[in-house]
Amino acid sequence: MSTSPHDFSNRELKISDKQQALRDGIAPYASQLGGLIRALHWVQHKFGYINPEHYVDIADVFNLSVAEVRGVVSFYHDFRTSPPPKHTIRICQAEACQAQGVRALTEAVEERLNTKMNSQTSDGLIELKAVYCLGLCSLGPSMEINGELIAKATVKDLERVKR
Amino acid sequence: MKATISSDSFAVASGVDSVVVELNRHDLSVIKTGSYGLAWLEPVLELEIDSVETTYRNVTPQAIESILKSRANKKHDLQIPNIETHSYYSTQQRLVFDDSGIKPPVTVPDCSLLDSVLNLSPTEIIDAIETSGLRGRGGAGFPAHIKWRTVATTESDQKYIVCNADEGDSGTFSDRMLMEADPFKLIVGMIITGYATGATEGYIYLRSEYPVALNFLQQAIDIAYRENLLGKNIRDSNIDFDLDIFVGAGAYICGEETSLLESLEGKRGEIRSKPPLPAIAGLLGKPTLVHNVISLASVPGIFQIGAAEYGALGVGRSTGTMPFQISGNVRQGGLIELPFGPTVRTLVENYGQGTLSGRPLRTVQIGGPLGAYLTEDELDTPLTYEHLMEIGAGIGHGGLVVFDDTVDMREQAEYAFEFCEIESCGKCTPCRIGSVRGKETVSQMRNKPGGDRIRLIEDLCDVMEKASLCQMGGMTPIPVRSAMQKFPEDFRGVKP
Ligand SMILES: Cc1cc2nc3c(=O)[nH]c(=O)nc-3n(C[C@H](O)[C@H](O)[C@H](O)COP(=O)(O)O)c2cc1C
Ligand code: SF4
Ligand code: FES
Repeated sequence: MSTSPHDFSNRELKISDKQQALRDGIAPYASQLGGLIRALHWVQHKFGYINPEHYVDIADVFNLSVAEVRGVVSFYHDFRTSPPPKHTIRICQAEACQAQGVRALTEAVEERLNTKMNSQTSDGLIELKAVYCLGLCSLGPSMEINGELIAKATVKDLERVKR
Repeated sequence: MKATISSDSFAVASGVDSVVVELNRHDLSVIKTGSYGLAWLEPVLELEIDSVETTYRNVTPQAIESILKSRANKKHDLQIPNIETHSYYSTQQRLVFDDSGIKPPVTVPDCSLLDSVLNLSPTEIIDAIETSGLRGRGGAGFPAHIKWRTVATTESDQKYIVCNADEGDSGTFSDRMLMEADPFKLIVGMIITGYATGATEGYIYLRSEYPVALNFLQQAIDIAYRENLLGKNIRDSNIDFDLDIFVGAGAYICGEETSLLESLEGKRGEIRSKPPLPAIAGLLGKPTLVHNVISLASVPGIFQIGAAEYGALGVGRSTGTMPFQISGNVRQGGLIELPFGPTVRTLVENYGQGTLSGRPLRTVQIGGPLGAYLTEDELDTPLTYEHLMEIGAGIGHGGLVVFDDTVDMREQAEYAFEFCEIESCGKCTPCRIGSVRGKETVSQMRNKPGGDRIRLIEDLCDVMEKASLCQMGGMTPIPVRSAMQKFPEDFRGVKP
């Protein structure tokens, strides 16, 4: 008897080493509360981003549909689905920093980098991102360069970015 | 010689790490503490020689050499009176932040208070919370004891305490400061809350923008487990309490408690419709007490001074102390813990010392991005839930953001809609679509007379207020309306 084309039971699932590493890495989170988000943090920390090609693996480990995984990834501002550039600059756009001139600072940074907020420089090295409050509100405007917090930020602080 | 330096986010963002390297280079071992909350002085360095303490402000690596040399003749440009004697600090009444800046954040805590509270019965504890009049510090100001009693009396095999450390409001940082300066205060508050309500598991939902807090909190939890403050049979009692941190992923809406619970379960942070209340069916459908960091960290202080004494602090039904935070265009921004009741002006002028730019103050936004913009006249309003309600404002999480006269209130109204657009969970139409329409309409008023558009926005605000599923859409009209109604000159098409 020939097998139906819809019977996948005997077909071998090809899992690459990278996929396997990812599956192994996130497996411990499957039994934890909120495990999917914990796992997505792990993936992003490990690979720099969450490759949509891996949604299948993540969904498999968590016993969810791919749509559910995509839905969670897309809901949160932190998760990215493309490789990060070498440098990430985040500038707080919220009220306390507005009161301390962050609109002007943002324009100056955009001009200096020749890019717009929430996009990358043409050489793809630097990404400029909006963030809403870093908890440094008394010492604004606040900036973060590659994870490093900067109070009373000025355009001069861009010198910390070593291309 | 003993060197103590603040190393919370204010100090880190002001370059404290390189100062510590420099101190180490001079063979000084450094004790790291949290911040006293006098943000504009950070990093603050305290040197103790032969039990004489000298304090320095805004310390840089370059200044260390001269500071250490100046010790002999005791004069240095950066030297200031010790913080305990600084009027900004000495006039405060601290119950939540009493140890902040003083005790290193991650040393083994004194457990005598916890032990004595765990000797009370759960009912006695909840009665004390009722006597204290404690209300939630996260924004809504709901009486704490009602939620506690609901969780305590709802039958279930499992109950949870969830600490809301999502602190998304611009102009607020008290949760962060507490977690970085005195994480044990929060942990002890959560243990007491767990014992009183019968919850044996706790989670701290921490926003991802707070990596320094995460580090201190994690260290404190590790110590707490080692010292038998957490886990099974804590402090040799028959009480169990486990505590874990969950890091969010960047979403303002996850500060709303039902969105937070969805997120904590690993899902999209979409709002749940209420009822059921989380106190009845919350995390994984079980009774869950969701409290802000400061609410939980206020609990030890209530038992420290006594519930009746705590309840006598403040004004009317706004009892106890509140850590106010002043920021924006202000000379002396920071954290000020006082009993409810000082006026906005007291905080902004006496503590804040006016605008940093030196220009006239135009407005203060109170209570975060969903809070009202106040006029100069309204600065005389006492900071209590009731007084602010009378002028259509709220304390929220205690943030006061100061603006000088260069602010364009039309721009602020546009931003309020824009923020709602960016952070809306998308579940209901008034908020998801209303925010976009609102932003477009206010944007069209740039350099053009408001005219009919003002009416349009008023209508839109009505719809959002009445028909939104949660306060994200429901309260965005507050900053918009306060800007339009109190500063109409900015909506006439000519820049002031
Ligand atoms: C849009 C929105 C955002 C909120 N963000 C926070 C927050 O960041 N932190 C917080 O403690 N409460 C926040 N809240 C309030 C919570 O829903 C909830 O009332 C609070 O966590 C209850 O704790 P409490 O009783 O200690 O105040 C927010 C509410 C809304 C509507
Ligand atoms: S008001 Fe906004 S944030 Fe709240 S449920 Fe509706 S769409 Fe979501
Ligand atoms: S508003 Fe910018 S750091 Fe808080």
